Amino acid sequence: MSAVLADMPKSDVSKTVAPATTKAIAPSKGGRPWTFYVLATLFAFYVIALYGPMFCIYILSFQDIRGGLVFPMKGHSLHWFVDLFTQVRTGDVMGSFDRSIKLAVIVTIITVVVSFLAGLGFRKRFRGDTFVFYMMIGSLVAPGLVLGLGTGLLFQALGLNASWYTSALGAQLSWTLPFGVLVMFAVMSRFNHVWEEAAYDLGASRWQSIRMVMIPVLAPGLVAVALFGFTLSYDEFARSLQTAGSLNTLPLEIWSMTLNVTSPSLYALGTVTTIVSFVVIGASLGTIVLIQKRRGSATKG
Amino acid sequence: MKSDRGDIELAGVCKSFDGATYVVDGVNLKIEDGAYCCFIGPSGCGKTTILRMIAGHDDPTAGEIVIGGQNVVGLAPVQRRTAMMFQSYALFPHLTVRENIAFALRVRGQSKSDRLRAADAMIEKVRLTQFADRLPAQLSGGQQQRVALARAAITEPRVLLLDEPLSALDEQLRVQMRQELRRMQQELGITFIHVTHTQLEAIALADLVVVMEQGKIKQAGPARDVYAHPHDRYVAEFMGGQNVLSGRVEKVNGASFTLAQAAPDGIEVPLRPRSAVSVGDKVDIAVRRDDVALVRPGRDLPPGCTTSLPSRVLAIEYQGYFVKVMLDTVPDDEFVAYVPEKTFFADPFAVGDVVMATWAAGSALPLA
Repeated sequence: MSAVLADMPKSDVSKTVAPATTKAIAPSKGGRPWTFYVLATLFAFYVIALYGPMFCIYILSFQDIRGGLVFPMKGHSLHWFVDLFTQVRTGDVMGSFDRSIKLAVIVTIITVVVSFLAGLGFRKRFRGDTFVFYMMIGSLVAPGLVLGLGTGLLFQALGLNASWYTSALGAQLSWTLPFGVLVMFAVMSRFNHVWEEAAYDLGASRWQSIRMVMIPVLAPGLVAVALFGFTLSYDEFARSLQTAGSLNTLPLEIWSMTLNVTSPSLYALGTVTTIVSFVVIGASLGTIVLIQKRRGSATKG
Repeated sequence: MKSDRGDIELAGVCKSFDGATYVVDGVNLKIEDGAYCCFIGPSGCGKTTILRMIAGHDDPTAGEIVIGGQNVVGLAPVQRRTAMMFQSYALFPHLTVRENIAFALRVRGQSKSDRLRAADAMIEKVRLTQFADRLPAQLSGGQQQRVALARAAITEPRVLLLDEPLSALDEQLRVQMRQELRRMQQELGITFIHVTHTQLEAIALADLVVVMEQGKIKQAGPARDVYAHPHDRYVAEFMGGQNVLSGRVEKVNGASFTLAQAAPDGIEVPLRPRSAVSVGDKVDIAVRRDDVALVRPGRDLPPGCTTSLPSRVLAIEYQGYFVKVMLDTVPDDEFVAYVPEKTFFADPFAVGDVVMATWAAGSALPLA
């Protein structure tokens, strides 16, 4: 493009032809088609619809002591954040936060390990593989509330106490495992099995081939599975409702607060949990970028 | 590990993946220690399967694979002391060139300093020192191939197996890497088995060319034998450079016979030693394309030429040092003359011209 323009003044003969050529090669800067503006507007509305409600909560959580549950905004301070962690009437926020994080970590570890093993298992076709696969996906389709209720009932029937680290863990895994496995399948489809063969050819045992080739190559995908497991567990509600037992997880705590807390500290809690989510997501993506970068910049090392 | 010799013997090797059709069907072959052997054939002829069976990635359904006097069926690649270079090289994408090459030593539990020193020596051998810390994705096709070669060679194999090693490269690089493969083979002094579907590659490299079709060996021998003296129509057509004609035997006269053809006097063909034909047999013969001379009708034939077939020029392709002239000499098969450039342009033909295609009586070759 620039070459064409640069050549233009030099040759007088081509002057009459040049404008047509430039137009054909690249449209001028202002020449975006009208569809661009229509689609851009549509996208803007989509983003507002997606993030608008959340931002209402975040903004309202920064009101001062006079603040209410609706707009307009009354002053600005961190009052409701302090209130959140000091007032007893707002419930057991710290305790439920602690439980939710612990539960999410356990769920993440189990999801990653089981999904990876499932990915290994499904490398080759075996008898009944489709059946196993649909059995797994089935629990995604089952309504969460019903599944949670069923889990609760089962525990009761077996005479076990429902608690966040037993029944709720199981109920959440029924949700995160199928997701993890689906992501793992997508990740595995990009793994070239000739690498395994090459490792075998060079004398690696099966375990060495998994440890030295498969896991490092799949690492970014495994982080993605972990991220799925964590976020799905951290804000899980429907399945945990009937299975968490006497101690609430964070989403359950928030839900119960909406019933009896009528102050912006509820919004403050929303802001805090969002920040935690973003920190986790950021850390995961950062890890993936770091892995890629370490491979990309190996030239310098 | 008993022997350092890399001579290979395949005895009645068969392979079937489904129990019904045989991909490899009773292959017998001896490959000498330190030979460069090329398996050549169209895709699906079983050449890669043979390679994988020698490498230990597939087990034969029947038969024995003997390397250095030891039956290796059932052994792992490392126990066989074979190494394979995969078609797309299969370099580990997360490891640098140095780590890729040191991989085999790493799984053997060699200390980091030892294995990296050994890898560096190998890197020098394949002239990649300045790329040692790069990842495979940052290398060109030719460089990747050298890494693959070095990674396989560091295991000190007695047989190196190469699965279409040059197919991922562009034309120019292919010729260059071809030479490099040959150089490495001579330097390492081990048996190379190379699978390809390009006959140029095979005859340029191999001490032993093995032509395959549908799981069977059609012909095995030195490159020049296979190219200049194909056994049958299939080998002649696959290796190229030959015109194949068929006809019935009209007359047998001592050391030669006459093939009935469009030519007034038939085609005179010398008999192969220890072979016999009788009148009325249907026989294929081959005539090298560069043995065919073209003469305008009415002119004298070159000395020694008795057969001349009237033909029309169908197409002409300039190939540089020769000109490819396509003729309608035989009704169903293509007939081509490679005319030296200078000869052609001394008296050039045009498409549609009538010419006499002729060759020295001794140069026609009867096929099995």
